[in-house]
Amino acid sequence: MKQVFAITRGMLPVDTSYCPGCTHGVAHRLIMECLEELGELDNTIAVSPIGCSIVAHQYMNIDMCESAHGRAPAVASGIRRVHPDKVVFTYQGDGDLASIGVGEIIHAAHRGEKVTTFFINNAIYGMTGGQMAPTTLLGQRATTAINGRTKESNGSPLRMCELLATIDGAVFVERVALNSPGNVRKAKKAVMKAFEVQKNGLGFSFVEFLSSCPTNWGRAPYEAMEFIKEEMIPYYPLGNFRKPEEF
Amino acid sequence: MEKVLMKGNEAFAEAAIRGGAGFYFGYPITPQNEIPEYMSHELEKAGGSFIQAESELAAVNMAYGAAAAGGSVFISTSSPGVALMQEGISFMCSSEVPVVMLNVSRGGPGVGGIQPGQADYFQATRGGGNGDYHVPVFAPASIQEAIDMIYGAFEIADKYQNPVMILADGMLGQMMEPVSLPEAKRMATYEEIRANKPWAITGKGPRSERNVIKSLRLQPDVLEAHIHRLFEKYDRMEKELVRYETYGEPDPEIVFVAFGTVARLVAETMDILAERGYKAGMIRPVTLWPFPFDAFARISDKTRLVVSVELSMGQLLTDVKAAVCGRVPVGLINRTGGVVPTPVEIADRAIKQLKALD
Repeated sequence: MKQVFAITRGMLPVDTSYCPGCTHGVAHRLIMECLEELGELDNTIAVSPIGCSIVAHQYMNIDMCESAHGRAPAVASGIRRVHPDKVVFTYQGDGDLASIGVGEIIHAAHRGEKVTTFFINNAIYGMTGGQMAPTTLLGQRATTAINGRTKESNGSPLRMCELLATIDGAVFVERVALNSPGNVRKAKKAVMKAFEVQKNGLGFSFVEFLSSCPTNWGRAPYEAMEFIKEEMIPYYPLGNFRKPEEF
Repeated sequence: MEKVLMKGNEAFAEAAIRGGAGFYFGYPITPQNEIPEYMSHELEKAGGSFIQAESELAAVNMAYGAAAAGGSVFISTSSPGVALMQEGISFMCSSEVPVVMLNVSRGGPGVGGIQPGQADYFQATRGGGNGDYHVPVFAPASIQEAIDMIYGAFEIADKYQNPVMILADGMLGQMMEPVSLPEAKRMATYEEIRANKPWAITGKGPRSERNVIKSLRLQPDVLEAHIHRLFEKYDRMEKELVRYETYGEPDPEIVFVAFGTVARLVAETMDILAERGYKAGMIRPVTLWPFPFDAFARISDKTRLVVSVELSMGQLLTDVKAAVCGRVPVGLINRTGGVVPTPVEIADRAIKQLKALD
């Protein structure tokens, strides 16, 4: 029989600690598949954040380190300076990147660090139990906004792709979603391009994944996919915000 | 060896480069600004890399990343900057990542002032960050001694896989002294990093196992075992790193304890006291952690008073009291906020404290 699918050797053959319906596993696999296809798995160093995906290093079969909350882009900048020939990426959630680490991500982009950041935007704090993130939608409930986020008290959700696209050093900025097979395929293409931008030394590359958190959203996995489509994509439009001419 | 006249901060930076530092991450803060300035033009000449970080918080995390990747890393800042760096110091201790860091300290608390201070003694020796850990702290009393400490600190950091701190002060950073510079070491190549730091994240390559550098341990028994292993290392450091110097004749009636630039003032004070007929001695802790408790065993029954002389409100005093352990009265002679006492002021206050015992 012809084999049509195999799990990338970039993923270790272990069960993850992620909840049913969480898209971390999909994002992990896309990134690892791209690295394997690029022949870079053994040439890559990655940084995991604080949040559910701090344990990404238990699943991604590459050299990795943890980072303090929000500091992954600074850590990756240090790694990159020591190993200019390696592929370096950070993997960060929205509390980590868009809240406590907003300074580090902006300045890594500002310096044009030749690293890639994968940004998991699920509009909530996952690991700590459903608190409001800078990306939580207006009206969306969180344990620190039990009647839903209001613009008056909390401001409007932060759009990181749009913000980073104003920075010259961020040469590749794209938002994708992990809610449907078609969008997952598009996401993989964006991951591949982001790595190619880095390998060509063009500057900082950034892919935002609109992701699910069924547990803290209080939704079944299929409802979570609907939430991404109906609520998140209208506020966080998909597509490319910045790319080098040759891409 | 030929001596050159150098400003403290520039000499510290040059010592780090010669000690093999390939990577420096810093943020402007007085009184150490000459260090990032010097590094910005000299480090790349030596084949290294410099980043002016967006904050001390970013700088220490860049240092963590670069050192985790096997680079030889130097960072510097001044007191409030060290406060911001505590996050990274705690992480580096837990994940056993070696970095050499320098605090050119100033007066606090808060933004404080920019004149020399020693009020970071607790911050340095007690661990300003979260959790159980230790950082060896070396306190230079001259620019030459600082050069030698910084130069040698890279080997110590690598040997124990732990951050090492040099606690200087704004006086040492800003003054000039004739110094001799040690021979420059070459930066490690990629192959040397992989051979000498097999734990580093360098990309898996042909290694049979991938490397992971982490501090998360959610199971309490696993975390406890990890901390006990760290403390076996700290026990070794206490035995192997502790350093101090003693000055003066045997059986002094007053023993001063002072570190860094204050020890130089006290050396002059001792001459003044000798002229006035008092027999004085001094213990100068060269390492603040590990603290040289053994040095105090030599205090004889002729000694009437031990005095902590410091630019802080009795921080060094706590270790001096613990070391003296009630055998002799312990006094404090101090200024703070960036005020530095004269040797005469120290002598006058010492005599007053001695007379109070009569």
